Amino acid sequence: MTDGTTESVESFRLRARAWLAANMPRAEESAPAPGDELEAWHRARELQRKLYEGGFAGICYPAEYGGLGLTPAHQRAFTEEADGYEMPLLLNIPTLSICLPTILDMGSEEHKREHIGAVLRGEEVLVQFLSEPSGGSDLAGLLTRAELDGDTWILNGAKTWSSSAYAGDYALCLARTDPTVPKHHGLTMFLMPTKGEGITMNRVAMVDGTAEFCEEFFDNVRLPASAVVGEVNGGWAVATRQLYHERTAMGGGSPYVSGRGFAPSRKLPTPIDVARAAGRAGDPEVRELIGEWLATSTVSGQTAARVTRAIAGGHLPPAAASLMRLMGAEAMRLERDVAMRVAGACAAVAAGDEPGVLGEAGIGYLMRQGSSLGGGSVEMSRNIVSERLLGMPREYAADRGVPFNQVRRGRA
Amino acid sequence: MDPELSPDQKLFEAAAKDFLDKEYPLDRIRRMDAGAGFDRDWWRRGAELGWTAMLVPEELGGGSVSGEGVRDLALLAEVLGAGVAPGPLLATNTVLAGLVAAHGTGPDHSAAIESLVSGEAVATWAVYEPGRQWAPLEPGLTARPAEGGFRLDGVKDRVEAAGDADLFLVTAATPQGTAQFLVPAATPGVTVERQWSLDLARHHGAVRFDGVRVDEAAMVGRPGAGEVVERQTQVALVIQCAEVCGGLDRVFEMTTQWARDRYTFGRPIASYQALKHRFADMRTWLEACHATTAAAASAVQEGSAGAAEPVSTAKSYVGDRSLAILQDCVQIHGGIGLTWEHDLHLYLRRATSNRSLYGTPQDHRRRLADLASL
Ligand SMILES: Cc1cc2nc3c(=O)[nH]c(=O)nc-3n(C[C@H](O)[C@H](O)[C@H](O)COP(=O)(O)OP(=O)(O)OC[C@H]3O[C@@H](n4cnc5c(N)ncnc54)[C@H](O)[C@@H]3O)c2cc1C
Repeated sequence: MTDGTTESVESFRLRARAWLAANMPRAEESAPAPGDELEAWHRARELQRKLYEGGFAGICYPAEYGGLGLTPAHQRAFTEEADGYEMPLLLNIPTLSICLPTILDMGSEEHKREHIGAVLRGEEVLVQFLSEPSGGSDLAGLLTRAELDGDTWILNGAKTWSSSAYAGDYALCLARTDPTVPKHHGLTMFLMPTKGEGITMNRVAMVDGTAEFCEEFFDNVRLPASAVVGEVNGGWAVATRQLYHERTAMGGGSPYVSGRGFAPSRKLPTPIDVARAAGRAGDPEVRELIGEWLATSTVSGQTAARVTRAIAGGHLPPAAASLMRLMGAEAMRLERDVAMRVAGACAAVAAGDEPGVLGEAGIGYLMRQGSSLGGGSVEMSRNIVSERLLGMPREYAADRGVPFNQVRRGRA
Repeated sequence: MDPELSPDQKLFEAAAKDFLDKEYPLDRIRRMDAGAGFDRDWWRRGAELGWTAMLVPEELGGGSVSGEGVRDLALLAEVLGAGVAPGPLLATNTVLAGLVAAHGTGPDHSAAIESLVSGEAVATWAVYEPGRQWAPLEPGLTARPAEGGFRLDGVKDRVEAAGDADLFLVTAATPQGTAQFLVPAATPGVTVERQWSLDLARHHGAVRFDGVRVDEAAMVGRPGAGEVVERQTQVALVIQCAEVCGGLDRVFEMTTQWARDRYTFGRPIASYQALKHRFADMRTWLEACHATTAAAASAVQEGSAGAAEPVSTAKSYVGDRSLAILQDCVQIHGGIGLTWEHDLHLYLRRATSNRSLYGTPQDHRRRLADLASL
């Protein structure tokens, strides 16, 4: 880059290619620890630090906060070049592609100065405290309370399903600051340390045997006024931005990532691995299934690219991010289905006392709906597409316009 | 539905749309008589609008609006697909793709190219054979060397616009491997029999070659025509997928409007979540169909070498997904969606027909597995 002129995408690509070859480990030569172990997080932070020192971290983050200030086209070029290298994928979701963009959009100057550089240097991991035991879809109906005591906020309540919170340093936490107004108007977003006093964190065991999710209990957690992101009682606007970034990220359309994709908490075999392991690669029916999966995942990526471009160009509203989210979830469901079907009988009982590749296909199938719930359920996305993109009538909501403390709640 | 068209492309698109709506409104398509082909004069005027010139380089008398012929052709196919247009858009352009790809490697066909570009002549690819699935490089029809030329024997079927074609591009087995020949329909020994077609606006026929004599100059390119056949296939598939995308846009729009206007139990059916969610899925698939078709068109535009994967991806996806969308649109219309007077079946016919020809989605999935070196 020479004074004030932006480096061309091609030159950036060539520079990235050379730098990656000289500095980053090849993916096939490294055996990363499972994503639910802290060791994997140390590794991810280390790799992110390398990217930062090499001048390839935060490609689309503004230069004034430590990024490169380049375009999504530069990002795409880098992502393509980075294929095949070990990348800090654990940091992609939610740190780099959901939380940090939200801070960039909605945070105070102080938040941006403090956190963007720290994340890009691999020093900080961010997580999301949104869902609660009482519900995730009706996010604005959450129960966690934050009350002012002088100029200190005191939080009480519980959060759950917080991905990788055990490895996080800070969380974006949405809490109710005014229960006397309709639900969307009484929320505030906080940027809080995850290990502060009054926070109890447990890990939640999932059906595939991982423990990537956490639940947190807040018992008089104290936060300064400067922890508020956006306006007091303006938390819904911040959450809306955050959910937009989440749907974009889940659909594979985020320009804020370090490398392609995200790290699964459990490394699963692809349908191709399964076909080979099952000795069924020659079966035309298996080949057809695999072709269908290949086509669908390619189309999911193509859709994300098209929708991202259309939103950036103003041809589609931000609500269209739900299109790529839906397509991404569909491709993931198909992947798990195809792997399970190709594994055949061996998805259920392995040859020995380890699951092996085919058993892993069975285990992966148990978590099939994960991608259809994480990042907001596909049902919520379908409401958004039909109501905001297609302009169909909104669902009846019993809580519309009702002060939150008068809204009926469920028993579950 | 590409939001990023240049002003010239928009003009081109609008001109094609006006011309089609005026000359071939859906009512005329619905009434298209089983015996009739398309109006040749209409096609000539389409050619004047540039419909046959896009894949042809300027030195051979062609040219396209944006300079990216495959993309422009996909754009046109979307417009014509939105109107379920008749005419040999796919047939003629697929043959042109082959003639242009083979140009300079074998006998000269620039006169034929010129007549196709002007719309004076119509050509079609004779590739399928009776009772067989998609296997363009395994022809049973033979071309044996005979008296300074070749003698063609065999039968091709599902040949689009066979009854209207002046020229057949015939894929044949020769002792040197698969080769292609450009054979005038009037050559002695060539006979055409009409075949029933699901698509009301598109007709197919079986073409019999009984000891048909052609000279060396009829050959297109050289034997071992794999790459040229691949190019033809890719262009045919891009046109198919783009046509279907254009039709889907129209049907989806028609169905969302219907859902807003149709009331049951005192409210529009668009207010029922069971239907809203299906609309959301259809809207997603529609976007995905456009995304993958555009990616395929770009890849074919860049050149055929790496394009097989995105093209088979598009056909695999659009081929099946389009029918899922269309049948759900029929369902949401209720009984009226099954009537002859409604427009839906015209689109369903075109999409079903396009799904099955030039390789089914299943054929293309197996090809993707091959390409992934499984
Ligand atoms: C992989 C993964 C990662 C996650 N990461 C995080 C995280 O980091 N931080 C965080 O805060 N949360 C996280 N979550 C939680 C996630 O956001 C919630 O699971 C999700 O929003 C659904 O909420 P719920 O589980 O409470 O289900 P509920 O909201 O109780 O919904 C139950 C079911 O009812 C459906 N439903 C609800 N309302 C409607 C309606 N109006 N119309 C139609 N259907 C409806 C839902 O779609 C769902 O199928 C994660 C979840 C997963 C699976």
